[in-house]
Parts: sequence; structure tokens; C-alpha cells
Amino acid sequence: MRRGHKGLGTQGIRMHNNALLRVDGLSKELGGQHILKDVSLELGKGDLKVLIGPSGGGKSTLLQCINLLIFPDSGSIILGGREISFRRKKDVLAFRQQIGMIFQDFNLFDHLTALGNVQIALRKVKKLSTSEARKRAERELERVGLLSMAHLYPAELSGGQKQRVSIARALAMDPLLLLLDEPTSALDPELIGEVLAVIRDLGRQNITMLMATHQMGFARTLAKEILFMEQGRIVEQGIPSELLEAQRLSGRSRTLDFCSKISEIYGEDLA
Amino acid sequence: MDAAFILNKVLPSLNEGLLVTLLLIIPSASLGLLLGTLVGLLRSFAPFWIAKLAAGYATMFRGTPLLVQLFILYFGLPNIGIYLQPYSAAVLGFTLCSGAYHSEYIRGALLSIKRGQILAAQSLGFSTAKTMLHIIVPQALRRALPGCGNELIYLIKYSSLAYIITCIELTGEGKILASRTFRFTEVFLLVGAYYLVLVSLATIGLQKLEKRLYVPGFGRG
Amino acid sequence: MLDSLLAIKEALPYILEGSAVTVGIVIGAMSLGLAIGVPMAVAQVYGNRMLRFLAGIYVWFFRGVPVLVLLFLFYFGLFNLMGLNMSAFSASVLVLGLRGVAYQSQIFRGAIQSLPQGQLKAARAIGMSDAKAITSIVLPQAMRLSIPGWSNEYSIVLKDSAIAFVLGTSEIMSRTHFVASRTYEQLALYITAGVIFFILTWVGIRLLQALEKRVSIPGYSPHA
Repeated sequence: MRRGHKGLGTQGIRMHNNALLRVDGLSKELGGQHILKDVSLELGKGDLKVLIGPSGGGKSTLLQCINLLIFPDSGSIILGGREISFRRKKDVLAFRQQIGMIFQDFNLFDHLTALGNVQIALRKVKKLSTSEARKRAERELERVGLLSMAHLYPAELSGGQKQRVSIARALAMDPLLLLLDEPTSALDPELIGEVLAVIRDLGRQNITMLMATHQMGFARTLAKEILFMEQGRIVEQGIPSELLEAQRLSGRSRTLDFCSKISEIYGEDLA
Repeated sequence: MDAAFILNKVLPSLNEGLLVTLLLIIPSASLGLLLGTLVGLLRSFAPFWIAKLAAGYATMFRGTPLLVQLFILYFGLPNIGIYLQPYSAAVLGFTLCSGAYHSEYIRGALLSIKRGQILAAQSLGFSTAKTMLHIIVPQALRRALPGCGNELIYLIKYSSLAYIITCIELTGEGKILASRTFRFTEVFLLVGAYYLVLVSLATIGLQKLEKRLYVPGFGRG
Repeated sequence: MLDSLLAIKEALPYILEGSAVTVGIVIGAMSLGLAIGVPMAVAQVYGNRMLRFLAGIYVWFFRGVPVLVLLFLFYFGLFNLMGLNMSAFSASVLVLGLRGVAYQSQIFRGAIQSLPQGQLKAARAIGMSDAKAITSIVLPQAMRLSIPGWSNEYSIVLKDSAIAFVLGTSEIMSRTHFVASRTYEQLALYITAGVIFFILTWVGIRLLQALEKRVSIPGYSPHA
């Protein structure tokens, strides 16, 4: 692992072009299996990139490595030009605040209302005052269209609503980028649309996002780049039109093969 | 039923006993809950051997009668030079026994917290301590409340065993009075009534607490 | 240390005889609890308001008053008043049994109420009287569901049987106390008593688990 350049701010010696996030050679072994093998990728500001691939391919692990929920065995993560060091707990916590994460299972705090969920990190981690936190939380809930449900508990919300609250919760922290781990996979089909609408909206607002998903139509129309991951490696990557159209000369791409299978299983999705 | 007897002789004695009972229950309940929380945490999250030790403590104290534990503390420890006052032995015994039961409920509550809650907290930048304090404990508390509340009710009733190791509380006062006057039925009906009031008050209090902490769809199906 | 071990060795047969008495108390009390607890549970679920009210009072009383107080109340008080001349053993069984009724009825009540409504409806639909429906359809299922709760109750009654010591019953605790006050090896002997109780608890629970397996119905779950 390369030594980090701590505390150099944005004038750090290494300016890694314009990439907001750069991941270099990430590897992770879990339980004897190589889940990630030397993965590298880049996200520019405002990019929306999509990770696709079969289950067990390492997408979830990759995302959780990027915000250090899991510590990679080797490789480096560079955010905003600064390489992240995993040594000190304080650094790790500060780093996590800068990256937002949306989970497949929503993971809302069950004992708090929707408003409470969005507020709590603002109050306890960012140390905002109660009224400041509440105002900000209300704004974020409004942004995802759920202000009217602010006082409901997670058990009283539908899956789509829960996921939207979790997006509000992540955005309230003003993250530099958003990681989305199959945000619609746990939703009933009729609820997927409302969440995708919010995500599309975020894309229009130039929020930087890296999303793992099976929603092919969505990926095709909105992603800047698609990365196909299989067995811990990024096997193919490129702009949607390249990967998803049949290759004119050399036959079909692996990505396209996978995607047609997906379309069969999940049916035509809402774009 | 002799009203004069009751008012002049029984109630004053029983009230003295009630005081001792309360002095037994309050420290034992608090310390027992504290001990139980600690042991519950150890059983859930500590490294293997410490967790096993904690589990062993809980199994031992839940698998043997409270009376035996009290006897060991009061009559047995002198054999190795430790002399406890009846009151101290009683509080110690109640704390250790209660703590074992509480640890069971707390452990169940802690293990029932979904891992995703912790992941979400971490992704927002919560430290381990903050996650415990603001996310895990509030949820575990609600889950453990019925069980721990139940244990407190048991403690109120089993405090009566303190009499057997010569700590004279409510039941003890009753026995002494009844033995002197041979009015067993009246005296012990009253003693029973005292406990019924204590238990009922505690039950109502716990129900109120459960209502206050209630979150829809959480804990109690 | 050696003295202690010797004392234990000598006292053991005597104390173990007491465990027969202890087991006798437990079996007697639990049988009584079962015999009256099941009908009481049925009364609470299917009975009229008066029955439910009376059952409720009974349960409230016997769950709210400590065992020790109940033992004193009945043995020294009520039984004398009624002119009954009961042995300490019988009194213990009776009191623990009456108390057991209160707890067991709640276990069975919970089990009965957890069964889907459809069970009783279906029984009625094929022409069974309510009484027959309850005994041949509802209870067999409810009893099976009650085994874990009953197991817990066993553990509690076993431990409470030690309190019967105050009435002079010749069970484990009284015998241990007797030997201890003569030999002054209290620590060793009371620890031994604890171990015996622990083993009895463990064995009983295992037996009940085996029972649960034996009567289990493959794939059965009332909430399927």
C-alpha cells in the first residue's frame, strides 16, 4: 500500500488529474476467497457510473471498501486529490462522512422517525444544533418528496419511501460522492420507479455517484460509463452504447451477454 | 378480623419491614440491572474466553435456587473467613442472581439488532462508541424491557427470602408477629396484600414505560 | 479442604435421599398445576366474563404473592383454620401446585390463543361440539406449543421447592442444612446442594426436550 500524504489538503503534492475519486489496485481477501483482485477505477465530479455483474462478483465489497466499511488488503483510495490513510480511527471516521452510502436493505434506524433518521448524524457526528439539524433534515426530506412523512417510523413506510429517506439521510451530510449498493433490488416492482426518479434527479444536479444495480434501462440512459465486474475484477468498461450494443465486428460483449440474461429475469425495467 | 389488632400491632411492624424490603429491592434492582447489562455486553461482543466465562456465570446463577446462593453467601463464606451481614449478603445474592437473568434478556436484545444498523451508522461517520450509544442501546433497551421488567417483579417477590438469612424485612416481621400472636392467617393475608400492591404498582409502572418508549413495528410484534 | 470433601462424601447419601423428596414435590406440584391449569386456560379463552374475571383474580393473587408468604399463609394459617392436618410435604405440593396453576394457565392460554382461528371453525364445520373440538383439536396442538414454557416452569418450580425447607420438609435443602449445622462445613455442603439442583434442572430440561421431539409433528408450525 502506498504511503499516504496526510494533511496536505487539496494542494497535495500529487494532483491526480480531475478525478474526484480514484481507486487503485484494490484487493481484498475474505475467508480464503479473493473477493477483489486489483480493482481500479475513477470517478470525475458529476459522473454517474454503474457497476454491473453477477452476484458474488465483488460489487458490494468494492463499494464497502471505498468508504472503508471494509478495509482493503492492498491498494489505495484517493478522494479529492488526497490519499486516504486507514491508520487512524479519526481519519477513517472523517473520511466516511465525506462519502454517502445507500444500502440494498435501506438500513434505516428503526427506533427513529424519518426526520430523526436524517437528523441524527447531523446532530451527533457533525455536532449541529438541534434546530439547524432539523431544518436541514426537513430540506432533504423535501428534496426526496417525503416531508409529509417526517414523523413516521420506518415500520410505517413502504420500501420505496424507506430508500428515499435513506437517500435524504446520506445527502444531509453533504458528501463528495454517493455510493449506491443495489438500491432497488429489495423493492417491489411498482416501488422501483419512485427511487429511480430520485436518483435521476440527483444525476441532473450533478451529484457524483457510483451505483451497483441490475436496472439496465436506467444504466443505459443515464450512466456515463458502465463497469462490468466478474469474479473480483473489472472485466469490461466503457460507455453504455459501446458495451450494450452488439459488437459489429467481433461478436457480442460479455456485458451484453450478462445484460440479456438480466433483462430476461427482471423484465423490462423502467427508464 | 380484629381492626384494633391490625391497626395497632400489625401495620406498624409490617411498615418497618416494608422499609427494609424497599432498602433491599432498590439497590439490588439497580446493581443487578447494571451487572446484567455488563454481562450481556460481554456475552454478545467480548472475545471467546471472556464471553464463555460470562455465560458460565449466568448459567450457574440461573440454574441454582436463589436460596442456595443466599445460604452460600451468608452461612458458607464464613468458612473461608468472609463474614457478611445479613443485609449485605442478601443484596449481594439478589444482585448476582438478578444480574444473570438480566444478562440473558440483554444479550437477546443485543443480538437481535440487525447488522445493517451498524453499517449505516458507520457509513455516516459514527464512531463505535457513538453507534453503541445512539443506535444500539436505544433499540436494545426496548427489546429487553419486557424481560428485564419481569425480572424486577420477581425480585420484589423473592426479596422475601432475605428473612431466611436473618435479614428481617416484610415477611420476617410478619413471621415474628404471627409467631407471637398465633394470628397467622390475618397477618400473612396482610403481608400478601402488601406484596400485591408492590407488584401491581411495579407492573403498572413498567406498562407505562413500555408505552412511552413504544415505536411502531418495533420489538413487540 | 480434605475435611470438606470427606464431609461431602459422608453426607451425600443422606442429601441425595432428599432429592427424591424434592423431585416428589416438583412432580406433585406440576401435575396439580397441569390438571387445573389447562381447564383454567380453557375457561379464560372460551369462558364467559365471570369465569374470566375469577380466573384473572386467581392468577393475579398467586403470581403476586411470594412463595414464602404463600407457604406461611397456607401451612400455618389457612390449613389450621380449616382444621386440616397436613404434612409439610403435602402442604408444599399443594401450595406450589396452586401457584403453578396460575403460571401454567397463562402458558396454555397463550398457546391456545396463538392457534389460528380457523382450527375451531373447521371443527365446528364438521359438526363437532365445542367441547369435543377443544379437547381433540385445540388442546393437542396447544399442549405441544406449551412444552418450552412448561420447561421453564419446571426449572422455576424446582428452584422454589428449596423454599419448602422452611416448613420442615425433608428435601435437599433441609437435609443439607441439617448436616451443615452439625459438621460446620457449610460452604462445601451448600455448594454441593447447588450442584445437585443444577444437575436436576439440567436433566429435567433435557427430558422435556426429548419429549418435545417425540410428540412433535413433522413440519408443524401454527403460523405456517
